[in-house]
Amino acid sequence: MDSALIPEGAKRCSFPKFTIGIAIVGAVLLWGVFAMFLCWFKGLNQTNMNDYYGFALWIWADLAVIAVGGGAFFTGLLRYIFKIDELKNIINFAVIIGFICYSSALLILAIDIGQPLRGWFIFWHANVHSMLTEVAFCLSAYFAVLTIEFIPNILENRQVNKVPFFHHLAHNMHGVMAVFAATGAFLSFFHQGSLGGVAGVMYGRPFAVREGLLIWPWTFFLFTWSAAAFGPCFTLLVTRITEAVTGKKLVKDNVIHLLAKISGWMIVTYIIAKIIDTIYWAMVTAPSLGFTLSHFYSNNGFYGYWILIAEIVVCGIVPGVLLVMKSTRENPTLRLVAIILGTIGVCLNRWVMVLQIMAVPVMSFDTWALYFPSWQEIATTILPVAYGIILIAVAYRYLPVFPQEQELNPVEPVTE
Amino acid sequence: MKQENNNAHKFGMVIDLDKCTGCGSCMVSCMSENNVPFKEDESNKKDSITWMSVYKLTNGKSFPDTEIAYLPRPCQHCGGKGDHGHSPCVSVCPAVATDYGYDTGIVSQIYTRCFGCRYCMGACPYHARYFNWWDPKWPEGMENYLSPNVSPRMRGVVEKCSFCYHRYQAARDVAYYEGRDDIEEHEYQTACTTACPSGAIVFGDLNNPAHKIHQIVKPDPHPDPRNKHVIGKSRNPKVFRLLERLGTNPKVYYLSEREWVRKQGDSYLDGEWDKIKNHHGTSSHG
Amino acid sequence: MFPFCFEWVWDIGHAIFFGGFWYAISILGAGMTFCILKAAYDTMNDSGDSHH
Repeated sequence: MDSALIPEGAKRCSFPKFTIGIAIVGAVLLWGVFAMFLCWFKGLNQTNMNDYYGFALWIWADLAVIAVGGGAFFTGLLRYIFKIDELKNIINFAVIIGFICYSSALLILAIDIGQPLRGWFIFWHANVHSMLTEVAFCLSAYFAVLTIEFIPNILENRQVNKVPFFHHLAHNMHGVMAVFAATGAFLSFFHQGSLGGVAGVMYGRPFAVREGLLIWPWTFFLFTWSAAAFGPCFTLLVTRITEAVTGKKLVKDNVIHLLAKISGWMIVTYIIAKIIDTIYWAMVTAPSLGFTLSHFYSNNGFYGYWILIAEIVVCGIVPGVLLVMKSTRENPTLRLVAIILGTIGVCLNRWVMVLQIMAVPVMSFDTWALYFPSWQEIATTILPVAYGIILIAVAYRYLPVFPQEQELNPVEPVTE
Repeated sequence: MKQENNNAHKFGMVIDLDKCTGCGSCMVSCMSENNVPFKEDESNKKDSITWMSVYKLTNGKSFPDTEIAYLPRPCQHCGGKGDHGHSPCVSVCPAVATDYGYDTGIVSQIYTRCFGCRYCMGACPYHARYFNWWDPKWPEGMENYLSPNVSPRMRGVVEKCSFCYHRYQAARDVAYYEGRDDIEEHEYQTACTTACPSGAIVFGDLNNPAHKIHQIVKPDPHPDPRNKHVIGKSRNPKVFRLLERLGTNPKVYYLSEREWVRKQGDSYLDGEWDKIKNHHGTSSHG
Repeated sequence: MFPFCFEWVWDIGHAIFFGGFWYAISILGAGMTFCILKAAYDTMNDSGDSHH
């Protein structure tokens, strides 16, 4: 039915099967859209946020999707600036994942603010000293970069590419892609960093505050580094899931191994920096303000030392080591374990840097505050996942996303 | 924009915790004065708006040694690290919707500018900032009691104590009309100050030695030698500020004869309090 | 965002922040303009047979 749109030489499931799949995910998407409109029309009283939890699930979701979406800028940087040519076989997909992550982040931010119609104030009335301003500017500009990076892939659709203008446009955009990728890396460095800065500059919150370099707290650099380290993990994870769902090998092992190796070294170096940061904060920064480490991890029903160990050891050191060592990296099961742990690790780090900050009491007579999101918050957080699945499904079906697909899956000549 | 003005006011408050009975008059008068809306069910204190909130402190001892104190907590109108006006909240607001008044020391909130990102709430360790989770509503007939001098706030924006800034504006109008350059101490007093039945709250200009608050607090204009970010530490051994060690430099001071009360102003490592408790601001250290 | 917004100040903070921002936007804008114009030029000069 839609065979004219499907890339030449590629095999796809039947249209009805595809439609049913989209419909199922679409139902989840609609549930999220319904919750989104509830929040927009009735206000943020639809959430379980309160005056202790002004930042909650949504801000975590924002930070998490941007961190895991970091695979796009880092892979782009490696492909176009450092000229690691093998990565051209996964860059399209990394860009699509990045596009989904960043558009989701912008959508969640649009739901998260109390006066969505005034959202443009952050640009128009910008306070250049606020980390959030930097986030908004760089995030929007980088989303434009991702769109630019995504466009040539769309233009390569079999039918669209027949239009001469689009054909030439895609060709020309490929030609200057290095410039766009460099701009994207520049913007990403600052918005990933400033997302880390959001927490690090809160000097009223001893759990969050960090010293740093000039105006940038150490969390600024840690966030950029961790996004570059764990972003590729997520790219690999989604690639692996896509391969499992389609039942096809889509990217050659040498490409996967290369990206996994780079990710592994980035994780190892990041986690060393993170451990140093944590020790310095626990031994120097927090005590200078009168707080012991145990203050942040005791006397409450949820946040214990386990979260620190889970983030740094189980979901940091372990995936780092697994991906650095050749034998474990090239073992599909262990690699899968590593990329899953890595993705969880960076999400856990963002959770800690948003929600635990809000939970920890600062005034000596204040109490821990715990929170559980409302269904509206959960639905609007699942919304981007459903949207992402649909976009990946549509892109995979109609666009030449994986250059090695045909080679890895030659179509059997039709008998009869 | 930073303006170093020698004639600038620095309005502040000192609250005598030994006089405070925890009656809540300050909270009620504040809500009434500032058109603070309320909900049908106010039992969840984490999402109801109380610009002035009274905390209950205990010495943690069991009967018969239990002692309690009440601590009213308005916005602390922080001067920020080094008292340069970079309050925790002001410095993070992405849209300049909260600003530091260098002529008054008051941290303002511009409701029509705020788009409700709530970063300021995350940055404020005192929980002095409140979000309008609901549309503001008053029971029928009560709209007639709203103050015409204070704008009500819409759903989706952050609000907080303004040190009754409209009273300052009104006092200045009177002074201008009468041809005076400045206002008298008694002309500008916050609602909570005037409502406190035990006179526990003293409000005035921390820069003006003639004002009572200045005489009680005796703020040290020099940086604290133990922490260069701290300015305006009290030279009165009975006076402390909340979370002074963080360098937020609040303009709300607290007074208590009781050591266990003063100790709750900050967090201390084991044994630290005994070394630090007799350290007060001094102008003699150079 | 623009010098005519009233909170704009000609200071080092604004120079660095908006300098970087407008620089990045200019590169993106110029890059896209170049691609679109060149694509239009290429299309007009295709003379019937497409390359590649």
